[in-house]
Amino acid sequence: MQSKISISNLDFYYGKTQALFDISMEIPERQVVAFIGPSGCGKSTFLRTLNRMNDTIPIARAEGVVKIDGENIYAPGTDVVALRRKVGMVFQKSNPFPKSIFENVAYGIRINGLHKNKADLQERVEKALRDAALLNEVKDRLNSSAFGLSGGQQQRLCIARALAVQPEVILMDEPASALDPIATQKIEELVVELKKQYSIVIVTHNMQQASRVSDKTAFFMLGKLIEFNPTQKMFTNPDERLTEDYITGRFG
Amino acid sequence: MSQTGTIGDKLFRSVLLIAAASILVIVAAILYMMVQNSLPTIERFGVGFLTGREWKPAQEEFGALPFIYGTLASSIIALVLSIPISLGVAIYMVEQAPKKLARPIAFLIELLAAIPSVVYGLWGIFVLAPFIRDYLGVFLQDYFGWLPFFQGRLTGIGMLTGGIILALMITPIITSVVRDVLEAVPTTQREAALALGATEWETTRIVLGNAASGIAGAVVLGLGRAIGETMAITMVIGNSAQISISLFEPANTIASLLASNFAEATDKIYMSALIEIGLVLFLVTFVVNALAKLLILKVASGTNSAKHA
Repeated sequence: MQSKISISNLDFYYGKTQALFDISMEIPERQVVAFIGPSGCGKSTFLRTLNRMNDTIPIARAEGVVKIDGENIYAPGTDVVALRRKVGMVFQKSNPFPKSIFENVAYGIRINGLHKNKADLQERVEKALRDAALLNEVKDRLNSSAFGLSGGQQQRLCIARALAVQPEVILMDEPASALDPIATQKIEELVVELKKQYSIVIVTHNMQQASRVSDKTAFFMLGKLIEFNPTQKMFTNPDERLTEDYITGRFG
Repeated sequence: MSQTGTIGDKLFRSVLLIAAASILVIVAAILYMMVQNSLPTIERFGVGFLTGREWKPAQEEFGALPFIYGTLASSIIALVLSIPISLGVAIYMVEQAPKKLARPIAFLIELLAAIPSVVYGLWGIFVLAPFIRDYLGVFLQDYFGWLPFFQGRLTGIGMLTGGIILALMITPIITSVVRDVLEAVPTTQREAALALGATEWETTRIVLGNAASGIAGAVVLGLGRAIGETMAITMVIGNSAQISISLFEPANTIASLLASNFAEATDKIYMSALIEIGLVLFLVTFVVNALAKLLILKVASGTNSAKHA
């Protein structure tokens, strides 16, 4: 399996505090990789190094190499805007813009100038909504406010918004942690569906979720990558004692 | 609530109630007093008071239009100059400046707000007016003299000088309210834009979209301040009851008229005219402030829904 993202010897600091220690990992193309681990273990921080979202924190600093399709995204002169278009992100709390459903999805298309004309824009928006399994629920009210949607619908809207700019990788930071079980199930089905086209990295607190949706799982603790293996192996016969203890609920 | 027993609490509640009620009483009393005392001119001139262009107390002629015009025009000039600066400073402080720089800037802005009005006025007379007369006005007449706004004799004293002074005075309040509004926009909105490949400018536009009605509220607050400002403007606007399209011509505002003429208003009808024009000012500021409150309420609920979303 070809690797989409290749991380080698990544250290990460918040000011003087080191948050990630010497992480190396290969993230395969068109698969789902889940990051699990106790709170504060650095899994979200690590996720956010993959689209340089940590750049917004002034005291944050990354050292090491993160290659996407062979290109180091931490090399000087990297176009961060282009990087983030390629590596989309879905956040823990759904964060639609205070705009209509249509305009939320259209936003990324517009700022990146992806559409040829109005009809093309309409088509792209509808496709993104369809791919996010939301179109049927909202097609009659595309022009009403995104805030009128339920929590689960808003999160799928955010996924549609991310899909609309045609990324290659989608990072998901606990995308279902604020949702009820039924909405969660829909997101999980969507993740499995999306991996046909995208490489997906999903951070989750929910180990059942990791085992249901992912092909490979990485277990983090205290800023270190403890184990990275196929999900099946991880949950049945992990290499590390710590992983087993965490998965069986002995701590965390 | 009301059945809670002790005498102490009853007393406590009554004291608070009296305090709250006193605000209503004071506003009502001011309004009553102003209407009562302006009855002579209200009865004599009716609407003509608001539309008349002549203000000749000696002939008992009272037209408030030049003052209403002067108040609104100087305030609008102030807003036009102040809004871009205030927005720029606030956006810089919230979105870009490192903390080390944002704090001193915030401090300086508070300092600007604390300078007494009369000091602004003195600065206007001794620094700004000569500067406009000798440099800015000359420049404007050289390059934009074909516009009716920039024709006429340059004295340094007039509408433009007044507007600029007002702009300086309202910039601190607009800046600090806009800063608070921008800070209330959830970080997740910025991250959402960035994650879609938005540039800094595009991300800022998303933030501004979130804050739109709060910014409008800040502007209206600034407008209220500009409309009511008295001391500084009376020192630089020239105190002349005329309506001129030229920004170099002297003009006058309601607040400035009141400040400079109350002492000499000896007869009843003159006094009544001044009080009536004060009533107009009172109503205008009341409406403007109510508008600001509404807008700010709207943005508060807007950001809440974004947060809970």
